Amino acid sequence: MHPIVKLVSQRIALGILLLLGASALIFGLTEALPGDAAQAVLGQSATPESLANLREEMGLNRPALTRYFEWLGGILQGDLGQSLTNKLDIAESIGKRLGNTLFLACAAAVVSVPLAIFLGLLAVRFRNRWPDKLISAITLTTVSIPEFLIGYVVIYFVSVKLGWFSSLAMINESMSFGQKLNAIALPAFVLTLVVLAQMMRMTRAAILNLMQSAYIETAELKGLSNFQVIARHAFPNAISPIVNVVMLNLAYLVVGVVVVEVVFVYPGMGQYLVDSVTKRDVPVVLACGVVFAAVYIGLNMVADIVSILANPRLRHPK
Amino acid sequence: MNEQLTHMTKQVTSGKLTRREFMGKAAALGVSAAMASTIFADAARAAGPKKGGDLKFGLQGGESTNSLDPATYASSVPFQNGKQFGDQLVEVAPDGSIEPRLAESVEGSADAKVWTFKLRQGVEFHNGKTMTSEDVLKTMQRHSNEDSKSGALGIMKGIESMKADGDNFQVTLSEGNADLPYLMADYHLIIQPDGGMDNPGAGIGTGPYKVEVDEPGVRHLYTKFENHWNPDFGNFDSVEVIVINDATARTAALQSGQVHAINRVEPKVADLLGRAPNLTVHSTAGRGHYVFIMHCDTAPFDQNELRLALKHAINRQELVDKVLRGYGTIGNDMPINAAYPLFDGSIPQREFSLEKAAEHYKKSGHDGSPIILRVADGAFPGAVDAAALFQQTAAQAGIPLEIKREPNDGYWSEVWNVQPFCASYWGGRPVQDQMYSTAYLSTADWNDTRFKVPAFDEMLFQARAELDNDKRKNIYSQMGQMIRDEGGLICPMFNDFIEGVSNQLAGWESDPTQEMMNGNMSRKMWFA
Repeated sequence: MHPIVKLVSQRIALGILLLLGASALIFGLTEALPGDAAQAVLGQSATPESLANLREEMGLNRPALTRYFEWLGGILQGDLGQSLTNKLDIAESIGKRLGNTLFLACAAAVVSVPLAIFLGLLAVRFRNRWPDKLISAITLTTVSIPEFLIGYVVIYFVSVKLGWFSSLAMINESMSFGQKLNAIALPAFVLTLVVLAQMMRMTRAAILNLMQSAYIETAELKGLSNFQVIARHAFPNAISPIVNVVMLNLAYLVVGVVVVEVVFVYPGMGQYLVDSVTKRDVPVVLACGVVFAAVYIGLNMVADIVSILANPRLRHPK
Repeated sequence: MNEQLTHMTKQVTSGKLTRREFMGKAAALGVSAAMASTIFADAARAAGPKKGGDLKFGLQGGESTNSLDPATYASSVPFQNGKQFGDQLVEVAPDGSIEPRLAESVEGSADAKVWTFKLRQGVEFHNGKTMTSEDVLKTMQRHSNEDSKSGALGIMKGIESMKADGDNFQVTLSEGNADLPYLMADYHLIIQPDGGMDNPGAGIGTGPYKVEVDEPGVRHLYTKFENHWNPDFGNFDSVEVIVINDATARTAALQSGQVHAINRVEPKVADLLGRAPNLTVHSTAGRGHYVFIMHCDTAPFDQNELRLALKHAINRQELVDKVLRGYGTIGNDMPINAAYPLFDGSIPQREFSLEKAAEHYKKSGHDGSPIILRVADGAFPGAVDAAALFQQTAAQAGIPLEIKREPNDGYWSEVWNVQPFCASYWGGRPVQDQMYSTAYLSTADWNDTRFKVPAFDEMLFQARAELDNDKRKNIYSQMGQMIRDEGGLICPMFNDFIEGVSNQLAGWESDPTQEMMNGNMSRKMWFA
């Protein structure tokens, strides 16, 4: 078997094991939270009688292990089950929400990843001169400000004062692609500001590290322009650390944007998960948790594989 | 007002001038935008309702876990949803009287034990079925039978039997209750086909709008139901309820015109928001109150002297000024205020007095160990700040309060109605009887102050069956004073509902029953 195929299949098997572990952990932690779905749903209006009736209806009276394995049995057959609280099909709800989350993450990534790498290269090209300092200053400022504050500032000026974009990033199926892009312009912009700095700084650091090497000196001596040296000789060798940090940020764009979702009223996965945890809706929490874990594991796997492909020494192990 | 402006106002009233034209012309006359907007709103109201337009609400209080099943309603967005697609038998009118909805009239027997609702004929459900008394009976059964999980279960308890009889629906109570029609106005009791026994979450009702899109925690879209029994209800082509839980996002959406009305404007921004020219901030005195509750049966709160000491040690006016920013009124350690029918305004107001607090504290013989007060901002907005202010004034009277901050998550199941001293919130009820039977009757599930006084229960039952309003008022007054002087309730303030409404909308009415005109904005308002 080709070493890469072997590695990928090993990684996938390990990933599935990790997912199983993650689901058990999530289930255990949700069970450990005080209260249950019946109490959370009825809230202040709970009476002992209605609580008992609701518990019976939700099947919360059965032992925790039984419920976990029932859920596991369901998911192995591709059935995510029903929400405890509103009886809606989880697969359908998650499908919509995940689509939205991925759409926003993609839009932010399409802008931020090339921009970050380009800015990183630019910073190296003009290192320690004003473009480098300006780029670092701006990106470090935006990453240091809490994202909700950037969100509010953007809403106040762009939406309330200028009226250019809607502050409500509501999207639904009846909108065209252009309308959707228009709706998510503000949250995508804020997310770009949030993830830009780390990727840009990492690109800069990784390449600067290589600029001391002998082969770079050779390239300079044979008369290549400064930018060509960076793009042709330094960048390919710096891909591995850059891909790692890019994947980390992509994962963040998918699983960590609940604050931006709340500020811009965006119907993504984050808010869905938070609501479900508050209401102890265990099947939904599990489903969201597994999706998030899968995204993390998947992106990390991609990062590893790309690093190997980019490095001849790893590509052809002795 | 000069002549030209008067003329323009008349044109608006007769429908000849649109809002945009009016604003432009008024500006040319040198009238400020805010002023012109107010004049226009008044003129448009005089012109009477107009049909059409898409109404959008931006509301706090919706989650991805919400269902359209009326039995599960416990927060603002589900409450509004029910009001769009459904009708109850009766509704509480803004003046506190009972207004007919699906029942044309209500009649009680002399002992207030048997109540007959004469049902409106030819009312159509959104699925095309015609409403019958069977549907009404089944609905009430679903909310009151043994395996019910309805939020209305508590108020359905006194019902002995119910029957559907031709055009009538009849309720027989075990004890007389003069307020039964108010119980039937509860927002959970939406009449559904077959009582919602088969699919309660489908959102099929008789309301003026029918469900088009149901995305819990995101948005709910309704379109006009043309066959509604009352053509005067529902002036809009569509109503969209958008869930915006973040307060800043909600105000921004209203300011930039993306929604027409929002609930729960934060008191600290209400004044600033009200200065915007294109909208009005409405503040409505309601029956909701922010409270600190003590269990009367748990030491050290089993000493009435200690309870009185704490009641005297709280500076009510300061809390209204600082926590509510003036959007509210001071409380009197009883759950009733002037917004209730049969309220006795002559009960003396409890004053803030450090001397009295210290005196009662001394008499209680408390050992001086810290008294633990549990709070979370989930109890009511600003609860943690309110507790800190309380702690300060109590300390001046020599009462050591210790604040224990609890997480919002799980507050209603782990702290409220469990711990002996904590912060809480009551939304109020339409009538005194309901408020007292929900939380102060010895046997009530939600007796969160463990107030168990047989004499009080007796007065409650006596008032309930009493049809003479003067006598009832007198009994209620005594009951209120009893809670004020002996109960475990520290009620520093009643909060107002603060709502932001675009000036494009006309027809606003103050309604103390619930927020957003008791959920009737989409029925009664219109685009000017």
